[in-house]
Amino acid sequence: MVDQEAKTTHNKTTGLPRKRFYRARAHSNPLSDSHFPVPLFPSQFDYSLHYPHFFPASSEHDSSKRIQFADIGCGFGGLLVSLSTLFPDTLMIGMEIRDKVTEYVKERILGLRATNPGQYQNISVVRTNSMKYIPNYFGKGQLRKMFFLFPDPHFKEKNHRRRVISPHLLDEYAYALAEGGIIYTITDVEELGEWMKGCLEDHPMFEVLGEEELEADPVVKLLSSATEEGQKVARNGGQTFRAIYRRITP
Amino acid sequence: MADEDIPMEEGGEDNKELEVAPALIAIHPSQKSLAVAVGSDLRVYDLHEGCALSLVDESCKSYHKDSIRAIRYGVNGQLFVSAGDDKIVKIWLSNSWHCIGTICCEKRVSAIAISNDGLYVCFADKFGVVWLINLEEKDGIFSLVNEKAVPMLSHYCSIITSLEFSPSGQYIVSADRDFKIRVTMAPKRPLGGAHEIHCFCLGHSEFVSCLDFVSSPDCQEGFLVSGSGDSTVRLWDITTGSLLDTCEVGAKAGLLESNEKEEGNFYAVTDLSAVPECTTIAVAIQSFKGIILLSCNISVKSLSITKMISLSGEAFIPTCLGISMSENVLWMIMGISKLQGLDCSSLIRIRAISGIKQSNEEEPIVLEDSEVPGGKKLLDKLQGSISIQENAYLAASEALKKAMSSLLIKKQYSVVNREIRKRTRNDRKLKQ
Repeated sequence: MVDQEAKTTHNKTTGLPRKRFYRARAHSNPLSDSHFPVPLFPSQFDYSLHYPHFFPASSEHDSSKRIQFADIGCGFGGLLVSLSTLFPDTLMIGMEIRDKVTEYVKERILGLRATNPGQYQNISVVRTNSMKYIPNYFGKGQLRKMFFLFPDPHFKEKNHRRRVISPHLLDEYAYALAEGGIIYTITDVEELGEWMKGCLEDHPMFEVLGEEELEADPVVKLLSSATEEGQKVARNGGQTFRAIYRRITP
Repeated sequence: MADEDIPMEEGGEDNKELEVAPALIAIHPSQKSLAVAVGSDLRVYDLHEGCALSLVDESCKSYHKDSIRAIRYGVNGQLFVSAGDDKIVKIWLSNSWHCIGTICCEKRVSAIAISNDGLYVCFADKFGVVWLINLEEKDGIFSLVNEKAVPMLSHYCSIITSLEFSPSGQYIVSADRDFKIRVTMAPKRPLGGAHEIHCFCLGHSEFVSCLDFVSSPDCQEGFLVSGSGDSTVRLWDITTGSLLDTCEVGAKAGLLESNEKEEGNFYAVTDLSAVPECTTIAVAIQSFKGIILLSCNISVKSLSITKMISLSGEAFIPTCLGISMSENVLWMIMGISKLQGLDCSSLIRIRAISGIKQSNEEEPIVLEDSEVPGGKKLLDKLQGSISIQENAYLAASEALKKAMSSLLIKKQYSVVNREIRKRTRNDRKLKQ
């Protein structure tokens, strides 16, 4: 990308990308197999490309650090940016299926890294279909936290199978999460909130977090405030529905 | 390729190719009978009695109405299952050939498996969901508990090409067209779903087409072998998910030209079969007129090609293999339904190789038609006695290869073509 183009798509003062140049439809069909490269297995994922600060040379893997937080459907990256400074030593990844939105998040992270030396080195984004390729990116029990913020509700009953939280997909998320790892879901659509809670409740490998634990977890407050979607809901005075569960052995 | 000049014809052609289904063969564990499926036709031959069998379906529905995609005998030999594009799974008792259950599915069925104890039949639908049917056994006779299948696990939006229960029964292995093999713990209460994924066996770079287990006297589970569209056969330890060895069958068999490899023109492994009581694996691969034998070295955990058996005579490229547990014969079939330009409705050719276990220095021998168990009578009943021209075999192999690609390989559209295809989408609101 040439500087010439960057000057118009990015804000001159902050160096951050301007959203209107990265507009995309809110919905993307998770059933269509668009073409983006997917690692064949987790160790093929190029950590040095995404986290150069932690992995200086691509041939050496002295660091045994692995991604521990995954934001599924990260949108414009709001949650990742908030979590980055809260957990500066934890590697995190955002997964987004929309091409332009992924580009926006990439540019946003690069911009933040440039203007805040030493910071934001632990977050990155990848364009992928997380409903199909979670096992390609993450080994068994690798993740400590998984986030599903304001997922597409897919209102029609015939499209319920496209929902990112479903009884069968929870098997894969349980596989990627370590025992004790936490899955965070939030939505402003009541029916979807009921659905996600029901799926998690019925799944033998998840148990609900108690009130005291939720109070003590600094991440919980970010769910409704950190993302653009969450802020929009708050502006409109909407209600949100959370389902936060822990991965257990069945 | 002039993509711009070929807009929508692709769509129509694909549909025709998808209807073409390969012929299938399955052998009873003690070689008591043999079943062959081509298109919607299911033919069974009794080797002990020496006659063709008729299937009894008391529900009075004609058997399968569309291409059968999977047939299988249970390990104990009492059960036989057939399923396919008509979205129906039929369970048969292989003694009387009575159909004890017809289960309707929402989608076309792509793979089936029977648990080692015969109490569960699993089938996978086109959307990647694996369903479970519960059976019960009373006085040695099996019957259906419930005609309704229960969803057990799923490979999201992927066609499952192969389903297997591990030899110990501890795991259920499922392979899909997105290069993945999933190993799931067999649950204590299968009807509640199989939620605990044990591991994934990742490494293939194209669709996985077939699975089998190589037995080992030392290791209860043995090793998993898988064949793929990437021209390789891989050896896995399912207790850890690790890739033990990769055998580049296509390359080593001299099938791939270097330029063809660059174009991505791989010859897919279409079927493989581990030979019981030994470490031999028989492999069928596109374009090879015969069988390639691999040997698995259990202690070193490796695979190597030991023999390439070419079949002389017509251009016989098998796409489905079968071996019984007890006999020393490898059965192979090549066939197709609805081949364009063919006078008869289908083409089937069955061949066999004896001495496949290679015990006591025995060499495998390709059997002539008269030497095949059941002899010419079996071949007449199962193949039909119409003589088929050489070019029909070649045409059939080409059509089968195209159909397999069409079904299992993701189509790559150029940006221009993708935009053209998007024009026909029907979910957008029309702008006034």
